[in-house]
Amino acid sequence: MSTTSYSRPHLEPIGWMGRMRTWSMIFNTAFSERLAYRGDFALGTLMRFLPIITQIFLWWAIFDSIKHNGVVNPGDSTGDASEPVRIGGYGFREMVAYYLMTMIARAFSSMPNLASGIALQIREGEIKRYLIQPIDLIGFLLINRIAHKVAYYAVAVAPFALVFYLCRDYFVDGFPPLHQFLAFLASLVMGFLIGFFLEASIGMIGFWFLEVSSLLFLYMLFSFFLSGHMFPLTLLPDWIEPFVSFLPLKYLAYFPAAVFLGKIPADELPMEMAIQAAWLVFFMVVCRVAYARGVARYSGYGG
Amino acid sequence: MLAEVNRYRRVFLTFAQNSLVRDMTFRTNFVLQCLSSLGWTLMNVGFYLIIFEHTTSIGADTGWDREKFFLFLATTWFINSLVQAFFMPNAEEFSELIRTGGLDFALLKPIDTQFLISFRRVNWSSLANFAAGLVIAAVSLWKLAHREVDPYVPTATSVVLYIVFCGCGVAIMYSLMICLSATSIWLGRNQTLYNFWFYITNFSRYPMEIYNRGWGKPLYGFFTFVIPVLLVVNVPARLLAQPISPRSPQEWWLVAWMAVATVLSVLTSRWVFRTALRSYRSASS
Repeated sequence: MSTTSYSRPHLEPIGWMGRMRTWSMIFNTAFSERLAYRGDFALGTLMRFLPIITQIFLWWAIFDSIKHNGVVNPGDSTGDASEPVRIGGYGFREMVAYYLMTMIARAFSSMPNLASGIALQIREGEIKRYLIQPIDLIGFLLINRIAHKVAYYAVAVAPFALVFYLCRDYFVDGFPPLHQFLAFLASLVMGFLIGFFLEASIGMIGFWFLEVSSLLFLYMLFSFFLSGHMFPLTLLPDWIEPFVSFLPLKYLAYFPAAVFLGKIPADELPMEMAIQAAWLVFFMVVCRVAYARGVARYSGYGG
Repeated sequence: MLAEVNRYRRVFLTFAQNSLVRDMTFRTNFVLQCLSSLGWTLMNVGFYLIIFEHTTSIGADTGWDREKFFLFLATTWFINSLVQAFFMPNAEEFSELIRTGGLDFALLKPIDTQFLISFRRVNWSSLANFAAGLVIAAVSLWKLAHREVDPYVPTATSVVLYIVFCGCGVAIMYSLMICLSATSIWLGRNQTLYNFWFYITNFSRYPMEIYNRGWGKPLYGFFTFVIPVLLVVNVPARLLAQPISPRSPQEWWLVAWMAVATVLSVLTSRWVFRTALRSYRSASS
C-alpha cells in the first residue's frame, strides 16, 4: 500500500522513456562493476566443476556394483541392452549429464547474497533511500541481478563450453528437439525469476525480524537438498516424492535439467510449465505484498 | 623441553577457554550454528540412505556396504569437524592478518608464530558434528555387530590404530591448510584458494578405490602420493571397518605410507610457512 503512495508520484511524470533510461543506467553500472573481476571469475567457475568429478566416480562405482550384484530395487532394472540399470529413471551417463545440467540451472537460479543483502539494508536503514528516491527497490534489485547474471554468463561461457565439450559423451540422447529446448530455456528464465522473488521475499522477513541469517541458512539447506542439486528428485522414496515435487524448490535445479534430458513426458510438459509460471506469479505477489506491508510498519533505524 | 611443552599447553588452554567464553556470549547464535551443522549432517545421511536403497555397496567388490560406508562417513565427520573446530577459523584469520598487517603483533610475541596463528581460535560449535559422527559410528557399529549376514566387530587393536590414524588425517589436513594460507603472504588475497581447499578435500569423502580406474588413475596417484588427501579418511576408515577381509598386504603398505606422509606433510607445511614468512612485508602502519 505504502509503496504506491511513496513512489508513484515520482515515477509518473518521468514516463516510459525516462524509466527505460533509468533501467539501462542501472544495468550498465552493475554490468561493468561485475566485469571488473573477470579473471577470478573464470577460474572460480572452472573450479566449481571439480565436485562433478567426484560425482562421476561415485555414480560410476554405484552403477557398477548394481550391475555386478544385481538390482536391489526392482524398479531399477530396465531390460534395455544399452542401459540395463536406471536409478530413478537415470542411467549412469544420464546421471552425470543431470549434474552438469543442474550446474546451468543453478547458474540461473542461485541468488548469492540477495536475501541477506535486503535484510542488511533494512537493518541498517539504507532502505530509506528507496522510499525517497523515485526508484522501486524490487525493480532496482532485479535489474542489478540481471546485469550480474549477464556479466557472469559472458565470462563463464568459456569454462562451461569447455567442460560440456569434454563431457559430450555423457549426453546419450544428444541435443534435444527444438520444442524441448525452448521449454528448457523458458524454465531457466522462470527459474531465475522464481529464485529472485523467492529469495527477495525471504529478505523482506527482515522487516519483521532483524536477524534472518539463521532462517536463510535453513532455507539454503532445504533448497540444496530439495531443489535437486544433490541428486535427481526421482530418487526420493515414493512416499516423499509427491510432496517434494509439489514444492517450488524443484524449479531451481531439478526441473530445467529434467526438461533438457527429456525426463518430463511430452504430454505433461505444458502443464508442468504452467505450474512453474503459477509459482512465479505467486512469489511475485508475495514479494510485492511483503514489501508493501513491511514498508508500512518500517521505522527507520540507523542514520 | 618439558617445561616448554607445558607452556604451550597452558597457552593453548587459555585460547580454548577464551573462545568458549566468546561463543557463550552469543549463546543463541551458538545453538543455531550447532543446529545448522546438524542439519547438514542429516541431509548427507539422507542422501546416502537413498543411495543404499538402490545398491548394496559402493563399487563392485570393494566391501563398502551400507554399515561400513556409514563408518566411513563417520570418519569423514570426525576429521572434518576437528579441522573446522581448531584450524579453519585460524586459517581464515591468518590471511586477514596479512592483509591488515596485524601479523606484526603475532611475530613479536615470545612464542612460535606458527603455533600462535594456528591455535588462536577454537570454533566450538563445529564439534557438534563430532558428536553427530559419534552417533553415526555408534549406530553403524551396532548394526554391523547384529546383522545376520557377515556380522563384524572391530578388534581392540584396530580401534587404537583407528584413533591414531584419525589424528594423522587431521595432521595432513592441517598441513595442507597451512600451506594454502601461507600462499596468501605472496598473493595478498586468496579467496579462490579457500574454495580450492573445499574442492580438494571433496575428493577425500569417498572410498579411494572408486577413482582407481580409467581416467581417474592419474587423480588417484596424485591425491595419494603428491597431495595425500585420499589417505586422510580412507586409511583410518579401512582400519576400523575392514571392508575386505582378510586385509591385503597392499593395505598395510598404505597404512605405512600414511604414517610417512603425515611426517612429510607436517615438515613441508613448516618449511612453506617459514619461507613464506620471510617474504612478509608489513602492510599499513
